[in-house]
Amino acid sequence: MTKRLKRCWAVRAALLLSLVSGPAGAQQRGQQVQQNAPSVQFEILPIRNNVYMLAGDGGNIALSVGPDGVLMVDTGTLANSERLLAAIQQLQRQLATNGLQAWNFAAETRSNLSRMISPPAPSKPIRYIINTSLDPDHSGGNEKLSQAGATITGGNVAGNIADAAQGASIIAHENVLLRMTTAQAPFRSLPTDTYHMESMKLSHFFNGEGILILHQPSAHTDGDSLVFFRGSDVIAAGDIFRTDSYPVIDVERGGNMQGVIDGLNRILDLSIAEFRTEGGTMVIPGHGRLCDSADVAYYRDMVTIIRDRIQDMIKKGMTLQQIKAARPTKDYDPRYGKTTGPWTTDMFVEAVYQSLIQKK
Amino acid sequence: MPELDVLNQKFRNFGILEFPIQSEIANSKVSEFLNRVKLIVFFLFILIIPAVVPAFAQIDFSGEWTPNGNEDSIGNPYVGDWLGIPMNEASRARAEAWAASVQTLPEWQCRPHGFAYIYRGPSQLRISKEVDPVTRQITAFHAEWLRSVDVPIYLDGRPHPSENAPHTWGGFNTAEWVGDTLKIRTTHLKEEYLRRNGVQHSDLIEITTYWIRRGNILTWLNIVYDPVYLTEPLVRSQEYRLNLNQQIPPYPCDVVEEVDRPKGVVPHQLPGTNTFVKEFADKIHVPEAVIRAGAETMYPEIRKKLK
Repeated sequence: MTKRLKRCWAVRAALLLSLVSGPAGAQQRGQQVQQNAPSVQFEILPIRNNVYMLAGDGGNIALSVGPDGVLMVDTGTLANSERLLAAIQQLQRQLATNGLQAWNFAAETRSNLSRMISPPAPSKPIRYIINTSLDPDHSGGNEKLSQAGATITGGNVAGNIADAAQGASIIAHENVLLRMTTAQAPFRSLPTDTYHMESMKLSHFFNGEGILILHQPSAHTDGDSLVFFRGSDVIAAGDIFRTDSYPVIDVERGGNMQGVIDGLNRILDLSIAEFRTEGGTMVIPGHGRLCDSADVAYYRDMVTIIRDRIQDMIKKGMTLQQIKAARPTKDYDPRYGKTTGPWTTDMFVEAVYQSLIQKK
Repeated sequence: MPELDVLNQKFRNFGILEFPIQSEIANSKVSEFLNRVKLIVFFLFILIIPAVVPAFAQIDFSGEWTPNGNEDSIGNPYVGDWLGIPMNEASRARAEAWAASVQTLPEWQCRPHGFAYIYRGPSQLRISKEVDPVTRQITAFHAEWLRSVDVPIYLDGRPHPSENAPHTWGGFNTAEWVGDTLKIRTTHLKEEYLRRNGVQHSDLIEITTYWIRRGNILTWLNIVYDPVYLTEPLVRSQEYRLNLNQQIPPYPCDVVEEVDRPKGVVPHQLPGTNTFVKEFADKIHVPEAVIRAGAETMYPEIRKKLK
């Protein structure tokens, strides 16, 4: 425990150093890990124990970085995959450089001097990638990041150890594999391990904790997963929860408003606040800032209220156009609404409408 | 005992200087001259005092403070009392949809009052301080109320966190001295209420707060900027007085099942079903349009619409 705490502070200090050397704007925004291309920056937020949130272009990424290697939840966009890999490796180097070396008693073991002068051992590879959905801003880096890693022997590589060098395992709900295959995604970007039940567990601890993957049926899509780091008490929510817009409900790919609400309530069921509805279980949204259960509750309230309003309007016989004109989201539009871009308020209202019509 | 004799006794105790004792006033010019010198030295001493105070003044705000009630503190507000808040259309729609029973949801039962509201609540305030052990400068204040959370206010020059960092009920606060006034900047607040009747602020607000102390009175001036729900800054203030006998009691909170309702229900009022706004307008004999006038209700000109 002490070791982890010290390591955590060491990382903060190292990240702070990189921050201080950056431009003034970057200093305001916090801990920045600047990569080769100055246009894209990744920010690494230590959360608890070995778990980090990595924010940049595309969806947020959860990382578990430690002695077992790296486990990633989502891989961002294809365009940023090189820089993402560099950011992870930089984080690993900082952890290795600043990590606390446990001292042994010489009479029981060997001299510590050789360890003192030795550079850090090479970082462990990326072992697992878990996709929360098939979206290209969450799975776009699958191929690059997987190829940079190496799976722990077992599962699909049993019996042929040479396969272990073929990259990190990519885990997802089987609907992700089905839809990516249909979309003719590159073979190396496809999930290597899928599950079709309501949940899947990694069969052993990774970096000191159990990791639970929970399927949330028909929410953002029909292949959504929540990833629960049980020891660190962190949930990677994928696009079921985001702080930068209304939830994206991909009706064509099996998404549904009720599934989003169920997913948010499930996150709340799993969460325990530290004190006064603050802290405790931390939630990494698909996009936006790091959150806790209170933030999820506000978001859950919002989407439930909007669902109820549109449901009521449908009951009154209003058409989609009439519902849009009535602006059932107007109290939340200044915060979450958009009139341009890939997910507008109109598209959200229409998706809710379609979800509720389907339900009927 | 003559006044000056009393003063002399006090000054003797401090070993500083003496005023001429009335009974010993000498008529000689030398004696008069010396006495004048003493007076000049005394006034110079008084003038020097500000110069030896540190360049960045540090007023001590720590202590137990109790809020002074005033006509502007409305305690438990009526639903629909939106007067004095520069609410925009979205804010009014949000407040109109609000149902008090939302507080019975498990997620909200132990929600504390947020920083943008609590300073005007009826709760006692404790301000404590952190002091650098070497320089003995104040590096942080902590404000804490009943039914609220600790609000650290840093004076050590640290930057605000990244925009991707979590938000809290107390927000992230840094401060600087403006003379003897403390100017506080608050970011990273969770969404919360500005008034406890559904008037919400967003999680994108910033607050500027001024602490002004005059003896045992603390003035708390609060300016809220919310790009989501306010059309202009909301400026409010609160007076506290020092209360040496005050103790803030603990306020434990356990979540219980307050209302037996189906899972997933979020209490709210559908558009057009809120009758409370009209009830409030009727109660105070004000046109409903005035209730909905937002920023206009902050200014005296609104009286023209009351006729």
